[in-house]
Amino acid sequence: MNDLLADAIFWAFAAGSVTTGLRVFRTDSMMRAAFYLLASFAGVGGILVLLGAEFLGMVLILMMAGEMLIMAIVMVMFMMNPAGLNPMWMVHQHRVAVAAGAGSFVLLASLPFLVKFPDRPAPQPEEATAELGTELLGDSMLVFQTAGVALLSTMIGAVVIANRSGRFGVAEEGSQEPTVEPGAGDQR
Amino acid sequence: MTLEAVLVVAAALVGIGVYGALSQQSFVMLMMGLELMINGAILALVALWSASAGGNPQGQMLGVVFMTVMAVEMALGFALVTNVYRVRRADITEKLRRLKG
Repeated sequence: MNDLLADAIFWAFAAGSVTTGLRVFRTDSMMRAAFYLLASFAGVGGILVLLGAEFLGMVLILMMAGEMLIMAIVMVMFMMNPAGLNPMWMVHQHRVAVAAGAGSFVLLASLPFLVKFPDRPAPQPEEATAELGTELLGDSMLVFQTAGVALLSTMIGAVVIANRSGRFGVAEEGSQEPTVEPGAGDQR
Repeated sequence: MTLEAVLVVAAALVGIGVYGALSQQSFVMLMMGLELMINGAILALVALWSASAGGNPQGQMLGVVFMTVMAVEMALGFALVTNVYRVRRADITEKLRRLKG
């Protein structure tokens, strides 16, 4: 692939990713917001593939596709106005948020031009995916396994948190902690 | 496709994420802001890996860890949204002014 074509594809992905990322917070429909976010992630996944991390890029797209579908379902379940039939503008501290977002963008975007990166071009890996696979099941297996255990405990924790019967009774009834008045627990 | 260009795109994604996480009232939209921030972080990480540590797969390993963080954040976020809605009927941040009761 020649450089010009790679550049064109990169800028297309980059522009698509940033615009859809902005549209997430500019659309009336929360369903659409979820799919705009998915589009933004797909753009980043495309850039990752261009950068030579094919595996990470594809995993990012696949993972986000599943996650955004779950997100869309959560939107329909909990949020008012998921279809965007009415205009939606649910923001607080908007000016502060715009300033913080623009400020962090300017700060982070200026860093690459202030830092002097070492310019010894490293040889691109021939088979990055195969090397990553060997790394996952070789030297970095402990990291990989730890990530797996962390995900498992997250699953268990999420089920416990989202469970209807809370620690102090059914969630819909308030799940209130028992009182700690002196003498209240002395009946046993 | 220079390193600087990719890092600027990553910075734009992080900036949008900061804006979204600070400005949105709805919990799920707030989480979308967090996701966008991690998205930008992954992009910057892989750009630096590709430009500097070519051939070293441990950089990609860190990317896998980032994705795990993203999945954990998402799963626990959804669980908390479900629980908060059940207990307090709250779906926007303004309805949660107190941590207790």
